[in-house]
Amino acid sequence: MSELQQVLTTTFVVGLFAAGMRLAIPIFLAALGEIITERGGVLNLGLEGIMLVGAFGGFAVAFYAQEALPAGAQWLAPWLGLAAGAAAGMVMGLLMAVLAVTLQTDQVIAGIMLVVLGTGVTTYFYRQWFGSLTARVESLPPVPIPVLADIPVLGPIFFQHDLMTYLSLAILLAGWYFLFRTTWGLNLRAAGELPAAADTSGVSVSAVRYAAVLIGAALTGLGGAVLTVAQLGIFSEGITAGRGWIAVALVIFANWRPGPAFAGAFLFGLATALQFRIQALNIPSLPYELLLMLPYVLTILALLVNSGASQAPAALGKPYVKE
Amino acid sequence: MGEAAVSGPVSSPPGRAADRDGAWRRGLRTLFAPLVGALVGLGIGAVLIWLAGANPLEAYRAMLDGALGGRRQIVETLLKIGPLLIMGLGLTVAFRCQVWNIGGEGQYFMGALGAVLVGLWLQETASAWVVIPLMLAAGLLGGALWAGVAAWLKLRFGISEIISTIMLNFIAEYFVLFLARLPLKDPESFLPQSMQLVGPARMPTIYNRVHIGVLIALLLVPLIYVLLWRTPLGFKIRAIGSSQTVANYAGMNVVFGVAFALMFSGALAGLTGAIEVSALHSRLKDGISGGYGFTGILVALLGRLHPVGVLLAAVFFGILTVGVQSMHSIYGLPIALAQVLQGVIVLCVLVADVLARRWWRDA
Repeated sequence: MSELQQVLTTTFVVGLFAAGMRLAIPIFLAALGEIITERGGVLNLGLEGIMLVGAFGGFAVAFYAQEALPAGAQWLAPWLGLAAGAAAGMVMGLLMAVLAVTLQTDQVIAGIMLVVLGTGVTTYFYRQWFGSLTARVESLPPVPIPVLADIPVLGPIFFQHDLMTYLSLAILLAGWYFLFRTTWGLNLRAAGELPAAADTSGVSVSAVRYAAVLIGAALTGLGGAVLTVAQLGIFSEGITAGRGWIAVALVIFANWRPGPAFAGAFLFGLATALQFRIQALNIPSLPYELLLMLPYVLTILALLVNSGASQAPAALGKPYVKE
Repeated sequence: MGEAAVSGPVSSPPGRAADRDGAWRRGLRTLFAPLVGALVGLGIGAVLIWLAGANPLEAYRAMLDGALGGRRQIVETLLKIGPLLIMGLGLTVAFRCQVWNIGGEGQYFMGALGAVLVGLWLQETASAWVVIPLMLAAGLLGGALWAGVAAWLKLRFGISEIISTIMLNFIAEYFVLFLARLPLKDPESFLPQSMQLVGPARMPTIYNRVHIGVLIALLLVPLIYVLLWRTPLGFKIRAIGSSQTVANYAGMNVVFGVAFALMFSGALAGLTGAIEVSALHSRLKDGISGGYGFTGILVALLGRLHPVGVLLAAVFFGILTVGVQSMHSIYGLPIALAQVLQGVIVLCVLVADVLARRWWRDA
C-alpha cells in the first residue's frame, strides 16, 4: 500500500507523462513514415533495420561533428546527426524501393532483408569505428516554451521538451496535411488504393511509390537518430530493441492515420516510462523482466483491440504491373 | 517458388526436346542466382575487408582455414551447421506455406526452457536413454506451443504472425531470463543463470565434440523433403503457399495447414534450442540464443526453400560463421562481418533470381 501511495503523487504522474511524451517520439516518427509508405501501396517491414541505421548514422555524424566543430558551433552537432539519420534512412529506403517497386520482389522478404542488413551493418561499423570505447554525444537540451511551460501539470508534460519533440509535433501536422489536404497526398493514396486508376489519370505509380518509400524511410531514420542523438546520447548494438516493429504494429492499430498513431506512440511511451519508474522503485516481488516485457505485450494487445476494424490500403504490398 | 511453372496450367509442351531444353534452362537458372549472388556478396565483403585495411584474399583464405583447415576446425563448423540446418528446415516448411515465422528466437528459448526443465527434473534419477529423448520432445513441444500462440492470434484474430512472432521473441527471452535469475537460479553461482544440466542431460557425442544433434539435423533433410513432396499434408502446405484462395476453393483446410506450418517450424526452432542448451550451454542464461532464429531465415531463403538447398546454405553459413572468428583474431575484423556477408549474399541472390527470371523469360 505504501508503495502504491509513493507511486501516485502528482509529481510522479506528471513526470511519467512528460517522459512518455519524449519516449513516444522515435516510435511515432517511424509509424508516421510507415503510414505514408503504406498509403502509397508499399509494405515496408524493414523499419527496425532502417531505424537502426538512422540511429547509428546519426550518432556517428553527431560524434565526429562534436569533435570537429569549434566550441561556438557545438550546438550544431546533434542537428547534423539528426539530418544524417534521416539521410541514412533514405539510403535504406532507396534499397527497399528498388527491391519492391523496380524489381517487384516479395515485399515481406525484402523488409526482413532490410532488418538483417541494418542490424549487421550497424553492429559491424560500430565495432569498427568505436571499438569497445563507450562513445557519448551531447543530447539535446530542453527548451521550455515561455509562459506555456509554467502552466501547472500541462506545462511540464507538453512544453518543457527539447526542440526535436516540438518539431515532431509539427511533422505530425505536416504529415496529416500532406496526406489529406494536398494533391500529392491524393496521388499517393490513389497509388495505394487504386493504382490502375491513378495510372490512367496520369500519375506515375512507380514515381509516387518511390517517393512514399523514401519519405517514410527518412522519417524512420530520423526516429532512430532522435533516440540516440537527441535522447540517449549513446549507441549500442540493437539499441532500437523492437521499436521499428512496434511502429509497424502501430500503423495497423492507428488504421493508417497520423493522429491515432501519435496517440498510440504516446501510450507506448507511457508504458516504457512506467516500466523504468517501477524498476527504479526496486520492488523485489515484481521482477524487472516482467516489466521489460510490457511494451511487447502491449503491442499484441493493441492489435487484439483493433482486430477486424482495420482498413488497409487496397493495393498494400501488391506490385503494380502496367497492363 | 521454383516449380510454379510446373504445377501451373502450362501451355501444352510442344515436344520432348523442348521439355528437356526447359528443364536444362530451369536448372541453369536455379544454379545461376545463388552462384552469382554469392560471388557478388563475397565481392562486397572484399571491399569491406579492404576498407578495414586487410588483404581480402588473405582474409578469405584465413576464413577457409579457420573453418576447414583441420579436424578441430571442421568439428567446430559441423557444430554450427547443426542448429542452422534444423532452424532453416523448419522455416522452409513455414515459408513454403507463406507463413512468415520470424519468431525462431522466442521458440528457441521456449524449447531450451522445456529441455532444461525436463533435464533438471530427471538427470539425477534416469539414464541418458530416457532423459535425452524426453528433453528433445520437451524442446519440440515448447517451441510448437509458443508458435501456437502466434497461430492462434493469426487464425482467431487476424493478427499478422510477422508482428506477433517478433513480439513473442522479446517476451520469451525476458521470461526465460526471469526464470534463470529467480526460480531456477543456481544457488552456488553469483551470475543470473539456472542450475546446470549434468551427466545424462548432456547431449551424447558421436565423434570428438560432434553430438547426436548434428546427426538429427542431417536426418531431417530427407524427412522434410518427404514431408513436403511425398505426403498429402506437404502438398496442402505448398498449395496454400502458392494461393490460399485456390487452396480454399479446392476444399483444403487452410486454417489447419497454416497452423501446422507455423507450429512445425516452431517445434524445430524449439528442438534447436533444446539441442544447443543440452550440448553447449548447459544452463539457461543470457546470450544462449546465438541468433539462429534470424540466421535460419537467411538459410531457408538462400536454400531456395528446398531441403537440399537449405543443407548447402547451412554448410556455407557454418563456414562463414566459424571462419569469421579467425578473420577476427588475425586481422581484427569485427565478428559482425559474418552477419553483413550473410545478409548481403542472400540479398544478392534474391536480386539475381529476379533478374534471371526476367532475362530467361525474354530470351
